[in-house]
Amino acid sequence: MNRSTPTQPADKRHLQAARSARRWLPHPALSAFMWVLWLLMVNEFSAGHIVLGAILAWLIPFLTHSFWPEATTLRKPLLATRFVLLVLWDIVVANVILALRVLGPMKKLQPAFMTLPLDIKEDFTITLLASTISLTPGTVSADLSADRSALLIHVLHVDDIDASVTELKQRYETPLKEIFECS
Amino acid sequence: MENFSAIEGVVALLILSGASFALIGSIGLIRLPDFYMRLHGPAKATTLGVGGVLLASMLFFSTRGDGISLHELLVTLFLFITAPVSAHIVAKAALHIKLPYIERTRGKPWQ
Repeated sequence: MNRSTPTQPADKRHLQAARSARRWLPHPALSAFMWVLWLLMVNEFSAGHIVLGAILAWLIPFLTHSFWPEATTLRKPLLATRFVLLVLWDIVVANVILALRVLGPMKKLQPAFMTLPLDIKEDFTITLLASTISLTPGTVSADLSADRSALLIHVLHVDDIDASVTELKQRYETPLKEIFECS
Repeated sequence: MENFSAIEGVVALLILSGASFALIGSIGLIRLPDFYMRLHGPAKATTLGVGGVLLASMLFFSTRGDGISLHELLVTLFLFITAPVSAHIVAKAALHIKLPYIERTRGKPWQ
């Protein structure tokens, strides 16, 4: 009780500072990404390029921020890193399996269309899930239902459709949901 | 000198494995029986095939003493963004014009 009176103005000042920071730097994550992108693109880590990259990374999001959709917040960066590593590893493993299937007998392949009901709702997260499914070999996401409640996936070879859908959901959708959408 | 040749060996191995995955992707294009299955080849050959070649390029140019070379990472990044999107659009277009799929395909696309 005693403490709340002096902290209130400080809180307000803090809020104001945050709001003006938001106006001057509308997309901090995008800016950081563009800065790294610029440095990688010129492939040179000189002081001049670091400054030029920083100016561009601030200026471009600032000038174009009315075009950008509402930024999705990354809630759990550690889990996100783990997810990226998992996907990279899956790409390597599944590519080898796919290579063997392509070279093996065609008659044994059991292709299928399967429907994956979606628990995630935001456009960005759905895009990420669909891309992940397409990148990991053996599955291509073919269509999103009009009401955004299910993904249509084509599989090159599958034995048990239900088990495969459950695995995709557990492996990719659950972590994505945790990372980007509060569950 | 020894160190240098070891790196060259790794680079050669990476290029060869990347190239073979790209080749297998193309073989898949010929061998697979219907459109939807053929789509799997090019959508995936890019990921590991190009990935291997890019890793080799990164390793090769970083060990030549001109500083590290990381802009290959950008190629990988853009590829990972564009490859699934184009595969998705092609599949969607194929579904739209109702391209036939082989009979043993289980499950039906909606519509």
